[in-house]
Amino acid sequence: MLISFLQALREAGLRVSVTEFLTLLEALQARVTPGSVEDFYFLARACLVKDETRFDRFDQVFSAWFSGVEDIASALGADIPEEWLRRQAELSLSEAEKAELEGMGWDELMRTLRERLAEQSERHQGGNKWIGTAGRSPYGAWGYNPEGVRIGQDRSRHRRAVKVWDQRTFRNLDGDQALESRNLKLALRRLRRFAREGAGEELDLDDTIHATARRGGQLDLRMVPERHNAARVLVFFDIGGSMDDHVAICEALFSAARSEFKHLTYYYFHNCPYETLWRDATRRHADAVPTHEILHTFDPDYRVIIVGDAAMSPYEVKLPGAGVEHWNEESGETWLRRIVDTFPHLVWLNPEPSRFWDATQSNTMIREVIGERMYPLTPDGLEAAMQALNR
Amino acid sequence: MRFEGSERYVATGDLTMAVNAAATLKRPLLIKGEPGTGKTLLAEEVATALGMPYYEWHIKSTSKAQQGLYEYDAVSRLRDSQLGDERVHDIANYIVPGPVWRAFESERPPVLLIDEIDKADIEFPNDLLRELDRMEFHVYETQQTVTARHRPVIIITSNNEKELPDAFLRRCFFHYISFPDRETMERIVQVHFPGLKGGLVREALELFFGLREMPGVKKRPSTSELLDWLKLLMAEDVDASVLRESNQEKTLPPLYGALLKNEQDTQLFERLMFMARRRRQG
Repeated sequence: MLISFLQALREAGLRVSVTEFLTLLEALQARVTPGSVEDFYFLARACLVKDETRFDRFDQVFSAWFSGVEDIASALGADIPEEWLRRQAELSLSEAEKAELEGMGWDELMRTLRERLAEQSERHQGGNKWIGTAGRSPYGAWGYNPEGVRIGQDRSRHRRAVKVWDQRTFRNLDGDQALESRNLKLALRRLRRFAREGAGEELDLDDTIHATARRGGQLDLRMVPERHNAARVLVFFDIGGSMDDHVAICEALFSAARSEFKHLTYYYFHNCPYETLWRDATRRHADAVPTHEILHTFDPDYRVIIVGDAAMSPYEVKLPGAGVEHWNEESGETWLRRIVDTFPHLVWLNPEPSRFWDATQSNTMIREVIGERMYPLTPDGLEAAMQALNR
Repeated sequence: MRFEGSERYVATGDLTMAVNAAATLKRPLLIKGEPGTGKTLLAEEVATALGMPYYEWHIKSTSKAQQGLYEYDAVSRLRDSQLGDERVHDIANYIVPGPVWRAFESERPPVLLIDEIDKADIEFPNDLLRELDRMEFHVYETQQTVTARHRPVIIITSNNEKELPDAFLRRCFFHYISFPDRETMERIVQVHFPGLKGGLVREALELFFGLREMPGVKKRPSTSELLDWLKLLMAEDVDASVLRESNQEKTLPPLYGALLKNEQDTQLFERLMFMARRRRQG
């Protein structure tokens, strides 16, 4: 009977191995649990799921399996359509409503979403597979199964669910994306600047031999500090709007950069950097950092990488007060020029293929400001960009 | 032999289940969770509660898997050879056992803590697979194989800085310590400060959870920081009414330095409080 549970978990996309399953059986045989369903739930979770971000999925499978639902895949609303949710939220929630979300309580949030989803599924009925399923069980897709609440659920689970939902609406880049980040990492490796700093911990063989020889064979140890990657990197991400199509590649880049550089600082902006940048894309206004402050904080030795598609209305670059989100006193061009002047080592990575660049006027304008240092966001372009940064 | 928490440590049902499963089957237990939720403390408490010897291995960014097993001190040996020491002829004199070796040689089943495994290099967990699986390793220098007398209860903590490899995860039990809810937190406070008055605890928790929910905090205060703060409040003999006032008047709580560890957070808090005050007046 447990084998069907294993199959259900695997069908739901949890990579449970046979070894882990055998461990669970072993634990049951050793009578680790007194036998209540709740204990079994905890035990199974400890054995089979090794990542807290998958707990939610596990909960859904568990409750579905235990209430005897046969078709778990459809009960789950298929693979949670994150892509779909993201667009859905974009489409169905207006800017004002998104802002309201911050203040909305959990119940309110769920209610609004439910309404939106219901409307949406009627409008597109039959046309879209996701919505068809979602119409049947919108909760499954939200990682909120009413039955799941019963099992081992406390208030903290609710809070987590809100968090999950949060991640889905607002696209803060997920640094843990493993998505083909390996070749990106390899390219970023080019930017390593090794330096020996700090306490001497490694034996310097050559120096030791020299010193020992000079002292007539009396051992004289020489130590040197270990080599570190001392490259310091500042990344500005364009987020939202036309950049939505490039979220996956940007996440991969972000994840790779984070694991490669010890000194990595990142900020978000929309379309063009103006007088403030954000630490957190969801809290643009609460967490805004004056660009002046950034220019003063980081010394010119920092390598600056701007990631954006440079596609916007030309006015947003050229004129004061043309920013899409707020009134900017000075034009984007002025701010961009300040950044370029402060940081001599700067590149712009563009996720759009380079053959389209000339078609956008704003792109040409930006390239004029930064001086032909725009590279496509491909492994090759990235490699060229890293070489440029090293100069 | 079951772990149920202790006088000093409040363990929720799911945590005791994970610990008992790991202790019964002698498989490593991987613990994750927010900083300050008692991950490291757990191993010590398990050892005390079950009356087992306790060994710990704290991982740093420069740690190598080999260091946990043993180290060959070539430099001492070189030096001894120059001074004509007799010990130099036996290489075993220069093999220094690490925490894993010492735990393997324990007379009684021990508890071994491998703390913050994610601090080390990305390959580190892979280098320990065989050792954790078979509970034995080979000493190359002396050609001896060290096997655990009793399979230790291994508790591994991680702060999620790096992803751990699948092969490693497959061999472990896993538990995520979620941040305690209000009731659990009250129990935790009770366990640590049995004499504390209910009014003070209530006001302190009110303030504490308020701080945690403040949007945009860089470093959210954790359980261990709450306990430190309470200790300070007690030492300074702060009255519950002062805290209540702070809650209502939206001022910085007394001794806030124990909770907010970062200048920006303090500033943010002051700004928010200022806005709240103004809104009330206006």
